[in-house]
Amino acid sequence: MSTQITVADEVPARTRDHYTIVKAKHPGRWASAVLILAVFAVLLQSVFTNPRFGWGTVGKYLRDVSIINGIGVTLMLTVVCMAIGVVIGVVLAVMRLSLNPVVRTAAFGYVNFFRGTPVLVQLLFWYNLAALYPLISFGIPGVALNANQLITPIFAAILGLGLNQGAYMSEIVRAGILSVDNGQLEAAGALGINRLHTLRRIILPQAMRVIIPPTGNETIGMLKTTALVSVISVPELLYSSQIIYARTFQTIPLLIVASLWYIVVTSVLSVGQYYLERRYAKGGQRNLPLTPLQRITLFFNTHDRLARKGGKL
Amino acid sequence: MSATASQPLLSQSATPMVRADGIEKNYGKLQVLNGIDLEVQAGEVVCLIGPSGSGKSTFLRCINHLEGIDGGRMWVDGKVMGYDIKGTRLHEQKDSEVCRNRTGIGMVFQHFNLFPHMSVLENLMEAPRLVLKQKRSIVRERALKLLDAVGLADKADAFPRQLSGGQQQRVAIARALCMEPKLMLFDEPTSALDPELVGEVLKVIKDLAQSGMTMVVVTHEMNFARDVADRVVFMADGVIVEQGPARDVITNPQHPRTKAFLASVL
Repeated sequence: MSTQITVADEVPARTRDHYTIVKAKHPGRWASAVLILAVFAVLLQSVFTNPRFGWGTVGKYLRDVSIINGIGVTLMLTVVCMAIGVVIGVVLAVMRLSLNPVVRTAAFGYVNFFRGTPVLVQLLFWYNLAALYPLISFGIPGVALNANQLITPIFAAILGLGLNQGAYMSEIVRAGILSVDNGQLEAAGALGINRLHTLRRIILPQAMRVIIPPTGNETIGMLKTTALVSVISVPELLYSSQIIYARTFQTIPLLIVASLWYIVVTSVLSVGQYYLERRYAKGGQRNLPLTPLQRITLFFNTHDRLARKGGKL
Repeated sequence: MSATASQPLLSQSATPMVRADGIEKNYGKLQVLNGIDLEVQAGEVVCLIGPSGSGKSTFLRCINHLEGIDGGRMWVDGKVMGYDIKGTRLHEQKDSEVCRNRTGIGMVFQHFNLFPHMSVLENLMEAPRLVLKQKRSIVRERALKLLDAVGLADKADAFPRQLSGGQQQRVAIARALCMEPKLMLFDEPTSALDPELVGEVLKVIKDLAQSGMTMVVVTHEMNFARDVADRVVFMADGVIVEQGPARDVITNPQHPRTKAFLASVL
């Protein structure tokens, strides 16, 4: 080894060799691809040749008025119940992190109760609330509401799903808040920013990066969970199809109709989730990854440039 | 002048900027601060040095009440920090009052603690807008001036993650200054930096010291302490062991613990 210090100028220029790199062959990849495509083809063939799928009926009912109305109810339930869930979740998460042990325990009790009982049971419970409290007064003298009229199926559904979702959301929000570095609290405190402002302006915006992905997941989950409220005869997507097949006995085609719509809506929600996550990744990464659209644009732009420059960059 | 313990250097009649009177702090059974008495006069630059675990960072955090204290009293600019005195009792202040008392005290942390979801300019503007309720245009103008002063005028719209450690720390200093504090606290401001970035941050702190800002700096940079501080305070095991004019303490320490510490770091 030479003990001399070499500076960049003295390093001799490397002579370039002229070897070509040959890519490795991957026969396993080809075999597995062929196998999967074969299985898929068989599946596809059966789906389209088995007359019991009733594709004609599917097409007929796909845009049926009551089905479309059902989608509307499903979407409304998803949005309203998620909104209730997020609000309750944030409140409970802050309560869970409170210094007051009674407040902390109350929040824990709520979460434990709603996570510990099946949401189907909760829905039936709310639906039958009139059996428990025939008259609801909210403790205010002179107020006596008839529970049977107040708790409509749709109201029971919103209560059941929203309150239950609050319990799950609180855990997600809590994890988000805990993920924010303690130094942020100290920096805000040292600047004289009070606790409430610190939570709203400093902690929650950073917690969003952790909160958004599972919340998107929960929203998609909620969309499908709304199918449960068919048991308390709320005319959402599943119940609307059930009403039709109860009349026409075309069970399978109508379940396919409902399933197709569920897939369409959840796919749309997934795209929304992707862009929402990107938005809240701000500050987390130096450069955001490209969106699929940007990647496609880039792909075509580079290829154009390649073409113009005669195949060489 | 000899460098002996608890000797006031600047005898001024005005109220000191910081007056610590027998500060004690425990973490469970561990006594971290064991009766710290210290006065910092307005315009003075004091460096706290000492081995890790000596309590110097904890003491610094007691000054703006980021840490509550278990004994003694802390005055900043004539006001007791964190408590209201009623008779012989110290009543803990509410969050809003603690926050109000902190607005005159800037603090710079070892790990910068910039708000990552805000741009550099937003980092500077947040507290003056939210806490001091100052007008956007006024705060913006001041923030841009401060960024220029720390040499980052072109980074106003960048996000903290896009900056080097040295740049982030300079933003953090500007953020603290944007509250127009009377006192600045620095908690090991260069300890988390790559060696080649230390100089740019120290230069900003040095400029600030020369502008007459009252500062308390916890640091391991002995050359910086010697050149910039008016006074160096050496702490060990939760007490002040030795203090005096910066050059005297660092070049000619008296106490054996100070000698041993300086011999190991210089």
